[in-house]
Amino acid sequence: MKSQKHINFSRRNFLKTSVLASGGMLIGFNFLTACKADAKMPVAIENLNFNDFNAYIKISDEGYVTIFSPNPEIGQGVKTSMPMIIAEELDVEWNKVSVVQGNLDTKNFTRQVAGGSQSIRSSWTVLRQTGATAKQMLINAAALKWNVDATTCKAKKGIITNANGDKLGYGDVVKEAALLEVPENIKLKKTKEFTIIGKDATNVDIDKIITGKPLFGLDYKKDNMMIASVLRPPAFGQKLISFDDSNTKAISGVKEVIQFGDKIAVLASSTWSAMKGKKALQAKWKDKKLESTENHDKILNEILNQKKLKVRREDGNIKKAFATADKVIERTYHAPFLPHNCMEPMNFYANVTDTKVHLVGPIQTPEWTVNRVAKLLQRKVETIQCDMTRMGGGFGRRLYGDFALEAAEISSVAKKPVKVVYSREDDMTAGRYKPSVKYKIAASLKDGKITGYHLKEAAINGNMYGLIPNFFPAGCIPNYKVETSNYKSNITTGAWRAPYTNFLAFAEQSFFDELATELNKDVIELRLELLQKVKNTTDESIEYSGQRMEDAIALVKEKANWGKVPSGVYQGFAAYYSHNTHVAEIADIVLKDGFPEIKKVTVAADCGIVVNPTGAINQIQGGVLDGIGHAMYADFSFKEGKPVHKNFDTYRLIRMQETPKVEVHFVENNLSPSGLGEPGLPPAGGAVANAIYAALGKRLYKQPFINGLKKSNVLG
Amino acid sequence: MPMYTLTINGEQRSVTADADTPLLWILRDELNLVGTKFGCGIAQCGACTVHIDGVATRSCQMQVSILNDAKITTIEGLSKNGTHPVQEAWKEIDVPQCGYCQAGQIMTASAFLSENKNPSTEEIREAMHGNICRCASYNRIEKAVKVAAEKMS
Repeated sequence: MKSQKHINFSRRNFLKTSVLASGGMLIGFNFLTACKADAKMPVAIENLNFNDFNAYIKISDEGYVTIFSPNPEIGQGVKTSMPMIIAEELDVEWNKVSVVQGNLDTKNFTRQVAGGSQSIRSSWTVLRQTGATAKQMLINAAALKWNVDATTCKAKKGIITNANGDKLGYGDVVKEAALLEVPENIKLKKTKEFTIIGKDATNVDIDKIITGKPLFGLDYKKDNMMIASVLRPPAFGQKLISFDDSNTKAISGVKEVIQFGDKIAVLASSTWSAMKGKKALQAKWKDKKLESTENHDKILNEILNQKKLKVRREDGNIKKAFATADKVIERTYHAPFLPHNCMEPMNFYANVTDTKVHLVGPIQTPEWTVNRVAKLLQRKVETIQCDMTRMGGGFGRRLYGDFALEAAEISSVAKKPVKVVYSREDDMTAGRYKPSVKYKIAASLKDGKITGYHLKEAAINGNMYGLIPNFFPAGCIPNYKVETSNYKSNITTGAWRAPYTNFLAFAEQSFFDELATELNKDVIELRLELLQKVKNTTDESIEYSGQRMEDAIALVKEKANWGKVPSGVYQGFAAYYSHNTHVAEIADIVLKDGFPEIKKVTVAADCGIVVNPTGAINQIQGGVLDGIGHAMYADFSFKEGKPVHKNFDTYRLIRMQETPKVEVHFVENNLSPSGLGEPGLPPAGGAVANAIYAALGKRLYKQPFINGLKKSNVLG
Repeated sequence: MPMYTLTINGEQRSVTADADTPLLWILRDELNLVGTKFGCGIAQCGACTVHIDGVATRSCQMQVSILNDAKITTIEGLSKNGTHPVQEAWKEIDVPQCGYCQAGQIMTASAFLSENKNPSTEEIREAMHGNICRCASYNRIEKAVKVAAEKMS
């Protein structure tokens, strides 16, 4: 595994301070690559406007701290955990800290994107440096006031003390501190000195959530705002010929009907009128190229049987290994398309005026969206303001600002503030779906060992991203090959929580379970044997750590009582590295009337230092249940370009009575933290499939599992 | 458009709306009570749950015209300052992830616990089965309902 890269930087370049006219100190802070010499420092927080906003921490005269959390919150907890890291090094009490969602400032916050479980990982050092530097400046200011050497002073919980026993609160010295030079070579705390990191901190928005205060994009309102309900082509591959809006216009509350491209927007004074108005539209569509799941299935199988795919990694000599094997095992795995189904349907507000564009809503990629809106409306980026709201789920869907672009386009035509609101049906049928994928995996066995491993991926539209071919079992098996190819479809696809690995992990972990059975070995023993080979690897391209994976596996084995459960309980194991975190899971199932019921999933995760345990456990629990739910129940297909499912009456998501208890353990170490929004998900499907095999002797090769279980008449 | 007078969170509120307008949109669009959420519009997800005469009800299916005599409680009126035992339990257990479905979950749980003071785990799981949490914070929802039941006993 690559050693963590150390970044050298000068604190002078990434921190700026200012006295606030309203009292207190503002610490402007830039992530590394966004350090710009010309960053303007506002003098008063009241004067901040979103586009030149570059403040990060405000310390008031009373010593209260406000931290502006820059990353979009989709439920992954960064609005809590990122400020915790600053507060730790700043050394203030967590209950004196308030957290505010920072708005889009591409000049000064880098990676203001929620996705890929990277928020914490990419900001860990920078957030600590920021807090520690601010603390040192406050100490220096107090030392000057006392006329003593700063090295004789200390700060803890917002109070600075010197050797004489004098005390000053942070608030007492903010004005002076703000005028000081930014110090260099700040020492960070040792991990054992942490008092905030590693302690539970409740979600910072909890009070608003439990009392129903406006927080989300759908809750956002502005005077004179119109609600837009949009009719889009019902099938992928259709174009609009014409439409009749006479019935729509007769509906009370409907104000305007606007065609843009192949879409028709109904603008109304209320959501209900807009939705009714949309339903009353009569549109004619022209079929271009309509695709069906049945065809995709054939096409993906053809790809898997092609000779020439794109080689993504190749070690040793696969051909020779297979030619000289005692036995070759080959299996094919299939996953359907999946919609994201965020609980908060897509929505976005736009107010396009002659001089400015104001965008507000739930978005995982604010910067990209602003740039695209600028291009679409031919405006300057500087004239576009984008405010982020809390998001009612993301799962990848809110990376694609299509809904924001729709809002901007409609508003620019209507010349009114408009909020586009998707119905659930709109949300499920105008998706950016997780692409349907097939894997063909083959292994050669010789003398009780796995000598070769050959994985082919056939996917709709795109293939696994660059690093995945270097995940397990790369480096563990001498002859190894990963190849990919895809079919370009007009059905829009995109990233879905733990892209590609969400399903690849199931395929691969099921396959290894089958190999262990074939080799007559305990699957964990087999895994540990294989991992020995990458522990001291000199191959820098290997993306995971043999040691960290082994630690996670050892912990889950112990906590789940692997192999020592009472009769009637069947266990399945899976371990997977993704998004820089190593996770091992064991599912326990029982049979109820012959049908598998998942009772418990034990998880061991190595994500380095756990910043906020309560949030971290929540992420893993949610990820595991999400993984199980979609592997078990989620089916999504297309017929003649049309999504077969449109709402939760026929599309099944996991619900309370289907959920096992998820018990979460963390490998303890002092390594820099990595993300948790995604890594809990990929192993879950495999662990469950392997437990089902242990119970029923039936291997599952297709998601959702429920269909396979039905076919075997397990389900009555 | 006709005018309707509704009793919401102990107050009389008058609205002008089409007779078929669901309570959900009356709350959100007309009365600015946005704590009640839109999830599916077909009573499948539970995000829009409110209490009507104390019973957990999907507000997306209740037309404004039939609610004249009903006592409606929304998340905003469940307690003053979020002090209902279910809200307190939600905070104590730190249930939410994205938080969007949680008002509906809390309204379902609070109506359930007012009927069943000492529920078993199975009863809790059954009562909460109709509310989808896409983040799958189900383990914590289950625990929080238990904690709330203890608080209320």
